[in-house]
Amino acid sequence: MKRIVTATVHNRSGVLNRVTGLLAKRQFNIESISVGRTETDGVSKMTFVVDVEDDRKLEQLTKQLNKQIDVLKVSDITDKAIVARELAMVKVISNPQIRSEIQGIIEPFRASIIDVSKESVTVQVTGKSDKVDALIDLLRPYGIKELARTGLTAFTRGHQPQVAEFKSYSLLK
Amino acid sequence: MKAQASAEQQTATKTGADLLVEALIGQGVETLFGYPGGAVLPIYDALYRAEGSFDHILPRHEQGAIHAAEGYARVSGKAGVVIGTSGPGATNLVTGIADAMMDSIPLVVFTGQVAKGVIGTDAFQESDIMGITTPITKHNYQVQDIEDLPRIVNEAFHIATTGRPGPVVVDIPKDISSTVYEKQVNHEFHLPGYQPNLKPNPLQISKLHDALIVAKKPVVLAGAGVIHAEASEQLKTFVQNYQLPVTTTLLGLGSYPGSCDLSLGMAGMHGTYSANMALYECDLLINIGSRFDDRLTGNLKHFAPNATVAHVDIDPAEIGKNIPTQIPIVSDAKAALEALNTKPVKGLQHKGWMEAISQNKVDYPLWHDLPEEAIVPQWLMQKVYQYTDGEAVVTTDVGQHQMWAAQYYHFDRPNRWVTSGGLGTMGYGFPAAIGAQLADMDSTCVAVVGDGGFQMTLQELSVLQERKLPVKVLIVNNQALGMVRQWQEKFYSERYSESIIDVQPDFVKLAESYQVPGYKIETQEELLQVLPKVLADDQPAVIDCRVLQKENVYPMIAPGKGLHEMIGVKR
Ligand SMILES: Cc1ncc(C[n+]2csc(CCOP(=O)(O)OP(=O)(O)O)c2C)c(N)n1
Ligand SMILES: [Mg+2]
Repeated sequence: MKRIVTATVHNRSGVLNRVTGLLAKRQFNIESISVGRTETDGVSKMTFVVDVEDDRKLEQLTKQLNKQIDVLKVSDITDKAIVARELAMVKVISNPQIRSEIQGIIEPFRASIIDVSKESVTVQVTGKSDKVDALIDLLRPYGIKELARTGLTAFTRGHQPQVAEFKSYSLLK
Repeated sequence: MKAQASAEQQTATKTGADLLVEALIGQGVETLFGYPGGAVLPIYDALYRAEGSFDHILPRHEQGAIHAAEGYARVSGKAGVVIGTSGPGATNLVTGIADAMMDSIPLVVFTGQVAKGVIGTDAFQESDIMGITTPITKHNYQVQDIEDLPRIVNEAFHIATTGRPGPVVVDIPKDISSTVYEKQVNHEFHLPGYQPNLKPNPLQISKLHDALIVAKKPVVLAGAGVIHAEASEQLKTFVQNYQLPVTTTLLGLGSYPGSCDLSLGMAGMHGTYSANMALYECDLLINIGSRFDDRLTGNLKHFAPNATVAHVDIDPAEIGKNIPTQIPIVSDAKAALEALNTKPVKGLQHKGWMEAISQNKVDYPLWHDLPEEAIVPQWLMQKVYQYTDGEAVVTTDVGQHQMWAAQYYHFDRPNRWVTSGGLGTMGYGFPAAIGAQLADMDSTCVAVVGDGGFQMTLQELSVLQERKLPVKVLIVNNQALGMVRQWQEKFYSERYSESIIDVQPDFVKLAESYQVPGYKIETQEELLQVLPKVLADDQPAVIDCRVLQKENVYPMIAPGKGLHEMIGVKR
């Protein structure tokens, strides 16, 4: 099962290595990691999308992360009401003729063209991972020259609905 | 004004290394285990200038230093402190760091590092010791700023010795230890990401109490967590109150008196039949401070299949890691036992179980052959136990002799048993005994080692010579890598690949070349004559005791088998 786990960490040298090394050592499958600074000086936030077998494995993952001295807080937010986004850049083979066709495809995704050359356009899209997936699938027939994704970053919404409603907001399950 | 002036004078000449020395003194460190080299020259210079502040033990290999520090930590309950130089000095420490991590031994390890300006350039004797030790330390630091040094030292000791203990590495670039620093430095630390939970949740304690009252087949499994928490007295009270059978892990030996009636001895791969069957058949398993290691559990499918499992552990990540746990108690073992001991004892229902267990003890005791003349290792261990009145500090190496020592030496007190459990490090036993002896100069300290493992770290005989340390090295000499030989006999159709080693040094002469008295014992009669005298005198000794090569450690749970599938239970 896929889970979204966030960790706030002390922004010290080596902390990323600690965390990824730990996950590798314990044989967890990481689908994506994104890291960046937060509102607090010296504190960074990591968002992991992980694929775990069962609840026990998941519990191990959060507990092992929590054990790290530089890790301040770990949360599995998969079943919470969350906002989650990732950004992807897709360089698509295109000539001037099909450029407008691509324009038409990406518009409903509120994606934009951020670079144009004679043989290609680069599309930038932001959103939930499944939306990014969907757009990439649509662009694939044109020929994707290069693709880069940031990995998901997420946090909980300002308002959390009642427990019973959580599941419907789940993003990745 | 005057005080201020003198303080300034003092700080004016202080280097980073001096700050380190001050911090070590501040931590109450008395004994250091270390080996000098280029990157720690400033530190060794500061130690020279601080003469009289520490007892510095110079082993003949860094591995010797760190295992000695582990032995010291295990017996003293304090952190073992190690110093090594950069590059090869640091990498020579790696085995010991990994060993301490596995067995939760508090160590603070200082490694030299090349100067900050050249880190990352493959400078002479540079190694990425942070990268190398991140997965095998509780935490590690590279000091980036001289101002941080005292705080980091204090943090390192705090982290190493609190919660679940473990090794902490502090990597100190040479420019930092040699820089002169004149300002006041901050020693205070704040670790918001490290707050071990010490007190049990009362709800879970009540749940365990309820379970105890209805249990028909309860058993206690005591691990090293009891020893770290200094909770042996509380465990005794608890066990006495509820009349519970107790088994221990390999590392938990001594947490509960091994010669008590309620003790079943050690459980696991070479545990007793009664202990393993109690774990297999129980309906309530109370694990206090053990991590359900695979050498204990055997095949997880058959481990305590009918039991409600309660697990007291200060490390929440251990609870539920291997065994589903119904009553999780994240707590220091002492606090949890104290909480339990305040609850009333009533209506216990496991009398029949106790009778069955006692019968198992009588029907399936440990057994071994006793030939006419030759010495079997099991008998040897019993003699060591007898001649030291069960009071010695016993360290072991890794192999058959380790299991026999665990089976036949009944530890009645904690902190007397020093062995490498999780990592199973050959070469551990003898240097560990040096540290153990230094931590307790009044006790007889016996290093029970194999002929194989002793040869991995025997250069530390120099330390016995130099310090006149009365460590008794007892070589259980089967002229084989016995544990490997046993597995080859049982599971590889007696194909003894590289496990029979009949070429050996003359251990007596070897000892004598270090001015350590050496003895060779080949018969029971010789043993009865020599061993009591040697164990009783105040000299170091190397005892080459020849034992029957073909002896196997029994009983045994074969790999992949469950606790109830022991072999070699009876002759
Ligand atoms: C450093 C290291 N290398 C290899 C092993 C694998 N090993 C485990 S027990 C053993 C045999 C030890 O022989 P010896 O020291 O003579 O003890 P014995 O089993 O004969 O009592 C070996 C090779 C190990 N545990 N540690
Ligand atoms: Mg041997």
